[in-house]
Amino acid sequence: MSERENIFTRIREALSVAAPGPGRHPGETRKPASLPTPADHRRVLPAVGTSFEDRVALFAKNSVELRSDFKLCQDQLELVTELKKRRDAEGWTRVASHKGPLTDAGCQALSLPVLRTDAAFDKVELEKCPVGISECDALIAQTGSVLVTSRSAGGRALSVLPPHHVVLARREQLLADLPAAFEMLKKKYGGDYPSMISFITGPSRTGDIERILVLGAHGPKKLTILCV
Amino acid sequence: MTVTLFIPCFIDLFYPQVGVAMVRILERLGHRVVCPEAPACCGQPAFNTGYWDESRAVAEKVLEQLKDAEVVVIASGSCGAMMKVFYPDLFVGTPHAPLAKAVAAKCYEFSQFLVDKLGVTDLGARFPHKVTYHDGCHSLREMQIHTAPRKLMAKVGGLELVEMKQTVCCGFGGTFSAKFPAISTAMGEVKCDLALETDAEYLVSIDSSCLMHLQGLIDRQGKKLKTINLAEILVQS
Amino acid sequence: MSTAAAQFRQDARRLTADLRHRQLIQTALGKYEVKRDENKALFQDYEGARQFAAETKWEAINHLDQYLDQFVRGLEARGTKVHWATTAQQARDLIVGIVRGKNARRIVKSKAMTAEEIHLNEALEKAGFEVVESDLGEFIVQLRNEPPYHIVFPAMHLSRGEIKDVFQKKLHDAPSDEPEELTMVARRVLRQKYLQAEVGITGANFAVADTGMISVTENEGNARLTAALPKTMITLLGIEKIVPRLEDLGLFLPMLATVGAGQLISGYNTMYGGPRQPGEADGPDEFHVVLLDHNRTAILADAEQRDALHCIRCGACLNVCPIYRNVGGHTYGTTYPGPIGGVITPHLRGLQEWKHLSYSSSLCGACTEACPVKIDLAHHLLQNRRNATRQKPSGWQKFAFKLFAPVANGRVMWMLVTKCGRIGQKLHPLLRGKPLDPAYCWTKTRDLPPIAPQSFKEWWRTRA
Repeated sequence: MSERENIFTRIREALSVAAPGPGRHPGETRKPASLPTPADHRRVLPAVGTSFEDRVALFAKNSVELRSDFKLCQDQLELVTELKKRRDAEGWTRVASHKGPLTDAGCQALSLPVLRTDAAFDKVELEKCPVGISECDALIAQTGSVLVTSRSAGGRALSVLPPHHVVLARREQLLADLPAAFEMLKKKYGGDYPSMISFITGPSRTGDIERILVLGAHGPKKLTILCV
Repeated sequence: MTVTLFIPCFIDLFYPQVGVAMVRILERLGHRVVCPEAPACCGQPAFNTGYWDESRAVAEKVLEQLKDAEVVVIASGSCGAMMKVFYPDLFVGTPHAPLAKAVAAKCYEFSQFLVDKLGVTDLGARFPHKVTYHDGCHSLREMQIHTAPRKLMAKVGGLELVEMKQTVCCGFGGTFSAKFPAISTAMGEVKCDLALETDAEYLVSIDSSCLMHLQGLIDRQGKKLKTINLAEILVQS
Repeated sequence: MSTAAAQFRQDARRLTADLRHRQLIQTALGKYEVKRDENKALFQDYEGARQFAAETKWEAINHLDQYLDQFVRGLEARGTKVHWATTAQQARDLIVGIVRGKNARRIVKSKAMTAEEIHLNEALEKAGFEVVESDLGEFIVQLRNEPPYHIVFPAMHLSRGEIKDVFQKKLHDAPSDEPEELTMVARRVLRQKYLQAEVGITGANFAVADTGMISVTENEGNARLTAALPKTMITLLGIEKIVPRLEDLGLFLPMLATVGAGQLISGYNTMYGGPRQPGEADGPDEFHVVLLDHNRTAILADAEQRDALHCIRCGACLNVCPIYRNVGGHTYGTTYPGPIGGVITPHLRGLQEWKHLSYSSSLCGACTEACPVKIDLAHHLLQNRRNATRQKPSGWQKFAFKLFAPVANGRVMWMLVTKCGRIGQKLHPLLRGKPLDPAYCWTKTRDLPPIAPQSFKEWWRTRA
């Protein structure tokens, strides 16, 4: 018998005896009702307002606490202006990015050499880029998170290796909460998921030294989210 | 009502005044109090140490003594938890199981009995001191006793209650205090520090077993704090 | 007493007397408590969330064969290689074999308690590979040759000075003791490791059955890098990490972060469903998942304690445990400290050898209250004690408790005890506080109350 079969045999044998339901006393083998749904989760998780304004306000508030650099832009022009501001403030000499409607426009406006992560690239070169510019799948108001995948955001490394990660998002991408995000993922990719899905919430951080917050432990020290 | 009062071993030997206070209070409220001569122990030490057969031998005697009781009031939240919560578990699958369930259903801790069963909170007591309150773990988490003692203290004349800033175990834990004395002592010290921070004169509890441990530390280390059982306060006018 | 039990006592005695250590832990946990309570308060119904979480894990664990099968099929459908290990040795051998098979030399690792459990690093180093821990806290304790102190905060017990010292000694790079600067040193060192490593090893917080993905929670981004840059990725996880559906993470990720770290959600929560897929430009060529039993099926078979497998390794029970807060993580001498450690270690590593972890609890129940998936922790400690004495009763304790019944229950016997007790107390001062004192375990640090001149029962008898 393979190890797999051994393990499954033991599991089945073990489960032939019923366990008490989620509660406390032995002698009670109450089975739970059907699994909670995303709507159930929504009812118990932190509340999120229903309007776009509510959601943007919550996302902005979370961003402040997380030390994410979030800006809601009125139009494409403002987005480009904000990008250029950061380029100049930080002195970018090159960027890393991937193909996409927002990233193409953004990179073009920046007029800097672009390392593209859509096809095979040299990771040592990526490590030298001061900024990675990507799109995303969603912004999540409830937590201030950015949802990226290896398909929507230029692979796995782009959104985590360069010390500054810039996210370009559209306002329709602002979702209320985590349950909504998972529902969206299933609808969008169901059956053919990207190999990586990541919820990014703020810049990289650690409290491992005396519980004192330090940003940029390994991932980006700065996370910018420009939403148009 | 005829109230059967269960007096655990440590109250009997070390703090009889707590039992006496409870008898006086219940009689003043017009109830008849009976107190079984034996047993003196609910069986918790053996149960907590894992010797459930030996614990059952003690508990069976208790059940027999209490089977005809109208209502059982226990002078400790910890022993109360043993009888109310753990007896059904202890006797699962044995001939005593239905009796254990029946007795558990009529068990109350003393303050719980006054407030939740009798609906009494004002005993006309007077205790003009600043106090802080210790929630014994079995009382709090197994018997869900939190508001009853506080409601009673609220009606005591002159009593000022200041809560500790954290709720944490005092470190007694029954046989734990003897098996792991170093840890038990450290936990007791943390608890005493929390009590001293409130500047209270008295540390009150419904669990004299916890207080025995804390008073032992207070005496040894000369801390400026006195322990007292809630019943001793309620009997004072 | 087992060797582990004796060591536990020795370490507990030392650390409970160490007031500096006590203060350090209280301060660290105090900060966490404030943030935890803030975030808990944001939930519309935190207790409702606990119930949902408990029911979800109940469903997963009580149908483990079905969900595990679904999980594996999903992974394999997209090119992941799945391996099975019953014992720790098998898991070590499997992983060493995979690394050898790739002709690899350098490994970068993100945090995995399961890897600690099977002592993976030791095996890899013995086989001649370089293994670097990338999580900052793990990186620090690895340099100090120490095990992690806490399952979420490995370096909780260290001051910045101690960290500076080990950086100076082992890395020759410690500009100051400022946390920011020390972190940047680690960042610099580790960036090269990510780029050079041929193999990345991660753990997993959850295994999603319906979409065939693992989920990894972190704050630093080190696991993201471990899973992005090396050509081969290996994930080790226990078979109990299963959750039925992807959307279950919508509940578990915020709960894990709230009680585990006092955050609403951790910095990076990432689901991996396979190696680099067609159309993707980066990511590992090969993805291996090693599923570990190591006596989890034994816990599964113990229906009374099966819910111990619901554990999401959040650390909430450690954080509230007054014993943990006084003795610290290293005293337990095993991978999983605190209440959950007290419950599962006897199952994972042997009941008689490790029962002391179930006994060294005052059974206060704070752990049961804190557990986000409602594991009946305190009661399981009691059950372990019962199982231990059934298996191997202690002769003198069994006798003493047998004796206790007629003594406590007999009218005459109890009267005798009362009277003898009074006489004993009169003689006690001669021995009190000295090692010959029969009550030494108490009187070493505490006074005993005097037996009252008239016991309650004696008073009651006078009324009749």
